[in-house]
Amino acid sequence: MMSRINEDQVKYVANLARLSFTDQEIKTFTTQLDDIIGFAEQLNELDTQGIEPTTHVLDMYNVMREDVVEPSLPREEALKNAPVQEDGQVKVPLIMEAD
Amino acid sequence: MPLFEEGLVSLSQKLHNKEIKASDLVDEAFTRIHEVDGDVQAFLTLNEEAARSEAKALDENGTADNEILSGMPIGLKDNMVTKGLKTTCSSHILENYDPLYNATVVEKVNAQKAITIGKLNMDEFAMGSSTETSFFAKTKNPWDLQRVPGGSSGGSAAAVAAGEVLFALGTDTGGSIRQPSAFCGVVGMKPTYGRVSRYGLVAFASSLDQAGPITRTVEDNAYLLETIAGLDRHDSTSADVAVPHYAAALTGDIKGLRVAVPKEYLGEGIDESVKANIRAAIKQLESLGAVVDEVSLPHSKYAVPAYYIIASSEASANLARFDGVRYGVRAETNDLIEMYKKSRSEGFGDEVKRRIMLGTFALSSGYYDAYYKKAQQVRTLIKQDFEKVFKDHDIIVGPTTPTTAFKIGENIDDPLTMYANDLLTIPVNLAGIPAISLPCGLANGLPVGLQMIGRPFGEETLYRAAHAYEQTAGFTLTPAKGAMSK
Repeated sequence: MMSRINEDQVKYVANLARLSFTDQEIKTFTTQLDDIIGFAEQLNELDTQGIEPTTHVLDMYNVMREDVVEPSLPREEALKNAPVQEDGQVKVPLIMEAD
Repeated sequence: MPLFEEGLVSLSQKLHNKEIKASDLVDEAFTRIHEVDGDVQAFLTLNEEAARSEAKALDENGTADNEILSGMPIGLKDNMVTKGLKTTCSSHILENYDPLYNATVVEKVNAQKAITIGKLNMDEFAMGSSTETSFFAKTKNPWDLQRVPGGSSGGSAAAVAAGEVLFALGTDTGGSIRQPSAFCGVVGMKPTYGRVSRYGLVAFASSLDQAGPITRTVEDNAYLLETIAGLDRHDSTSADVAVPHYAAALTGDIKGLRVAVPKEYLGEGIDESVKANIRAAIKQLESLGAVVDEVSLPHSKYAVPAYYIIASSEASANLARFDGVRYGVRAETNDLIEMYKKSRSEGFGDEVKRRIMLGTFALSSGYYDAYYKKAQQVRTLIKQDFEKVFKDHDIIVGPTTPTTAFKIGENIDDPLTMYANDLLTIPVNLAGIPAISLPCGLANGLPVGLQMIGRPFGEETLYRAAHAYEQTAGFTLTPAKGAMSK
C-alpha cells in the first residue's frame, strides 16, 4: 500500500509541534501516523459538499463584562511554578543576538 | 457494612443527626486506601492531613441543612486544578505543578464542604482508554487486578468501585467518564456540553471536554451533578440554563418513555455477552412501561475517525502552552527553540506526542481542508443523526462499551484498537449531548455498562430512566473484597 506520509513530513510536523525525535522514533511515528491517517480517510466515503462544519455545539456569543480593575496575582505567586527565574522574572535562553 | 454503601442521602442525614461523624467517613476512606490502594493504585496524591482537619472542624461545628455533600469524602481526577494540592495530569511535564487557584468544580464541592481525599490517576492529559498512559502508575480494575479500569478517568472509577471514596469527579472528552464507569461497575454521567464549567480543568479538546460525577448510585450522581453544574463567569462556554433539582426527577415512573435502540449499537464489533446484558436491560425498561423502537444512527461508524482528527487538533493547540517556561519541567539548553523541543519531548509520553503530531498535521497548511474541515462536517452529520432520533424519542439506549474490561497491556501498543474501544461513547461528545453509564449486570464476572443518551440539557430524563432501571434490576454493585488483593 502506498504510504500517505513519509519520514520527511513527520520531521517537518515535529518541528512545527516543537517536538524532537530519534531516528528510530521517526520511523515508528511515520508508520503509526500513516495508519491513523489511513483510518481517518474513511471520512472520504461521505459526500460533505455544502455541509456546514460544526466547530462548536452551542450557539456561541461574546460574553461581556464591565471593564473594572480587579486584583491580579502577586508576582511571587505568579512565578511560583516557573522552573528558572531571576530578579522576579522568568528566565529563558537568549532570544536575540547581542549587537 | 461499609458506610459508603449506604449512599449520600442516608449518610448526610445521619451526619446531620450526629449518629455518625465526618471523621468516621474520612477514616473509612483512608483505612480503605491503606488496605487496597497498594494494589488498585487509584490515587496519585493524598490530602490526608487537610481532610482529617476539615472533618474535625465539621464535627465541632455541625453541618448546615442545605449542604447535603457536607463531610462526604470525594476524589478528584488529577486534571482538575486544586490550590496548594499538586496537579499533574499524570504527566512528567507537570510533575511538580502547584496550582494557584481551584477549578470551578472544586470550588463548588468545597462550598458544600465535601472533603477532598486526594487526586486520582488518569491517562496522561486524559489521552487514553485504559489509564495505562499515566507517567506515574497503572491503576487496576478492582473487579480483576489483571485488567484495566478503563480511562481516562480510570482512577476515579476504580476508587469509587473499591470503596475508597463515596464518589469522585472525572472528565469526559470521548468517553472518559462513561467507559471506566462501565468497566468498574459504577455510575458515570457525561453532562451536556456547557452544563458544567471547564474553568480550571486542564484542557484537552475544548469543544468536547466536560466534567461529571462518578458514583455508586444514580441518586448520588444526581446530587453531585446539581452541585457542580451551572453558569460560570470564568467559562464563556458554560451555559446560562437553570440547574434543576435532579433528584426530584427520580420518581421511578417511566411509563410511556420513548426509548430508541440504534441498530448500529448492537451490531458488528460488539461482544455477544455484552449484547445479551443490554437486551435484558432493554426488556426490563419495557416491563416498566417504556416504549422501545429500533432506530438507525447511520453515521456512527465515522465518529471515531472524525473524533481523532478534531480532538487531536484541539489538543495540539491546547498543549502548546507546555513549553518549560512558566511551569512544568524544563530541559536546559542554550537555545530557546531547542529548550522548547527538549522540554516537551522529555516531558510528554508517546500517546500525547502521537496526538500532538496528528493534530499538528491535520491543521497544517495543505491538509486543513482534507482532514480538519472534513471531520467537522462529519461532526455535523453525526449531530443531525441524533436530532432526527430525538424528534420522536426521549432517550437512546445501548451498551457503553463493545467489551468488558480488557487485560493490562492487551491494547497499549496498538493505537487503532485502543481508539475503537470508544466507538459507542464518542458520538455523544461530538454532538455535545448528555449520556449516563450504569451497571446492568456481569458478563464472565466483569461489569457491563448500559448507556443512556439524552437530548441537550435532558439530564433529568436520563436520571429518571437510569434510576427506574437501577431500582428494579437488583444486582450487587460491589466487587468482591478478595479481588482487590493479589
